[in-house]
Amino acid sequence: MGVLIIAEHHNGQLAGATRNTVSAGVQLGEVSVLVAGEGCRGVADEVAALEGVTRVLLCDAGAYAEGLAEPLADLIVAIAKDHTHLLAPATTFGKNLMPRVAALLDVAQLSEVIEVVDADTFKRPIYAGNAIATVRSRDTRKVLTVRATAFEAAVAGSGTAPVEVVEAIADPGLSRFVSRALTESDRPELTAARVVISGGRGVGSKENFTLVEQLADKLNGAVGASRAAVDAGFVPNDYQVGQTGKIVAPELYVAVGISGAIQHLAGMKDSKVIVAINKDEDAPIFEVADYGLVADLFEVMPILIASLE
Amino acid sequence: MKVLVCVKRVVDANVKISVKADGSGVERANLKMAMNPFDEIAVEEAVRLQESGKADETLVVSLGDKGCQETLRTALAMGIDRAILVESDTELQPLAVAKMLAAVVRREQPDLVILGKQAIDDDNNQTGQMLAALLGWGQGTFASQVTLSKNQLEVIREIDGGLETLALPLPAVVTADLRLNEPRYVKLPNIMKAKKKRLDVTCPDALGVDIQPRLEILKVEEPPVRSGGVKVADVAELVDKLRNEARVI
Ligand SMILES: Cc1cc2nc3c(=O)[nH]c(=O)nc-3n(C[C@H](O)[C@H](O)[C@H](O)COP(=O)(O)OP(=O)(O)OC[C@H]3O[C@@H](n4cnc5c(N)ncnc54)[C@H](O)[C@@H]3O)c2cc1C
Ligand SMILES: Nc1ncnc2c1ncn2[C@@H]1O[C@H](COP(=O)(O)O)[C@@H](O)[C@H]1O
Repeated sequence: MGVLIIAEHHNGQLAGATRNTVSAGVQLGEVSVLVAGEGCRGVADEVAALEGVTRVLLCDAGAYAEGLAEPLADLIVAIAKDHTHLLAPATTFGKNLMPRVAALLDVAQLSEVIEVVDADTFKRPIYAGNAIATVRSRDTRKVLTVRATAFEAAVAGSGTAPVEVVEAIADPGLSRFVSRALTESDRPELTAARVVISGGRGVGSKENFTLVEQLADKLNGAVGASRAAVDAGFVPNDYQVGQTGKIVAPELYVAVGISGAIQHLAGMKDSKVIVAINKDEDAPIFEVADYGLVADLFEVMPILIASLE
Repeated sequence: MKVLVCVKRVVDANVKISVKADGSGVERANLKMAMNPFDEIAVEEAVRLQESGKADETLVVSLGDKGCQETLRTALAMGIDRAILVESDTELQPLAVAKMLAAVVRREQPDLVILGKQAIDDDNNQTGQMLAALLGWGQGTFASQVTLSKNQLEVIREIDGGLETLALPLPAVVTADLRLNEPRYVKLPNIMKAKKKRLDVTCPDALGVDIQPRLEILKVEEPPVRSGGVKVADVAELVDKLRNEARVI
């Protein structure tokens, strides 16, 4: 028995949120990690070295190469009987996969868990984080997605968990991978960055977003955005921070030209230090900001960037 | 080709909710209710498929109390042909919802089911994936574009790193993300017309589904409040505070 964590990885790289999920798993029992994919032995070895991992299950087959939910869910169900808890990060990968797993097992799923109370009881945000529910599962097996920002990342220790090979099972052939267009960036990954600079509708255009980018680069930060900025086409979709976008909790979050709608706050209000730059002194973003600067962003951003030379 | 859309009635996205003093849940009395925003997008997509001649029948389902009739009428006013209400006054969790939707699907035999990616009250983001699992169908979640050709669906999905394209054989389940389309506003004449459209009412028992909740809500609390900080006069003061007080740069 024990906990099974589904590792997320892309192109031979372990996704960071998997490590935070391991930390949540350690609170529930002995942690095994499933690494399913194609040519992912390297990822399995990386996982085996993580503090807290006692066993790695490696399933190397073409069907799992693109992380499709349908074949992966079938595989997980086939090995689920040995485990009390099944966990994945609450990323688009985990959210796509785990409800499918839960339904196949005829159990409920808990999304975006932020705290483990005991083996059956968990805390999770509802209503865009405006309330926190403590939820107890009556199912024998618990399927959860874990909010990475709520748990520390398991460190790469001296661990040498054994890697066991698991046989692939029949591919249900319910979906086919066609292509993937990933946003190219040399900046740190949004959900893992120490500093995040986000721009909103107030930034005004794609061209003006260079102000946000320049500040991010000065601080070695990632670039995020409000939904309005994404909808307006200033930045790609995957920059969206919020209730229905990404959840971030950096050391420093700077909101530039963002009003602070509850849906946006849901994605960033656990940041350690929040700075807001907005010309409207009544903007709700100031209610959560540690440091607020009431100003026209086009006047102050160049000065701010220059002063960090 | 027949398309089924699932809509949930939720507290309006613009309402700031409050937690009940006894910690038993969220205050819901007399709040403005609305169709879950993602479900409006799902409805719009179905209507567009019909308008473009790709779908010849559209159907909308909602599960919940009597109030859902209003939500279903909105979907009908947007252009959906027919509605089904599965009436239940007890709290419904995603697995039970998915099971009831699966029962409706078996009865109605649609080729495509469109849901929202997430209900903005419980923020579960589960039902579409569960439904696909129960039906043994493929799933195209978090869709920002859906292209239908003969017996196949191409779905562009919003994923953490960018966009991903999948091909799914029909029948399939799709969940709508924010950028799939921009839902239309309903016009008054269409609201009148919608009143005459067919709306059938059934119940969980009739669908033979056990809706017993699997998750027990022990407590609902306010999140820790973040107290607002200070206003700084200018950039120099901001930089000074970040360097010397917060020490984050
Ligand atoms: C179902 C649903 C899900 C949603 N999910 C998300 C989500 O995940 N993330 C998200 O962010 N939103 C989300 N939203 C949208 C959210 O409700 C807001 O509409 C959005 O966050 C507003 O973005 P904004 O602050 O950039 O724009 P606005 O609210 O228009 O604010 C722009 C701000 O810029 C300021 N400004 C303008 N010009 C200047 C200037 N020159 N200098 C300084 N300041 C200036 C203005 O004073 C204003 O405060 C969601 C909404 C719904 C209904
Ligand atoms: N009670 C319900 N009635 C109809 N559809 C629902 C219901 N609950 C959830 N759904 C659908 O499932 C989607 C995802 O909901 P959830 O999994 O609860 O976040 C919603 O956007 C709806 O399309």
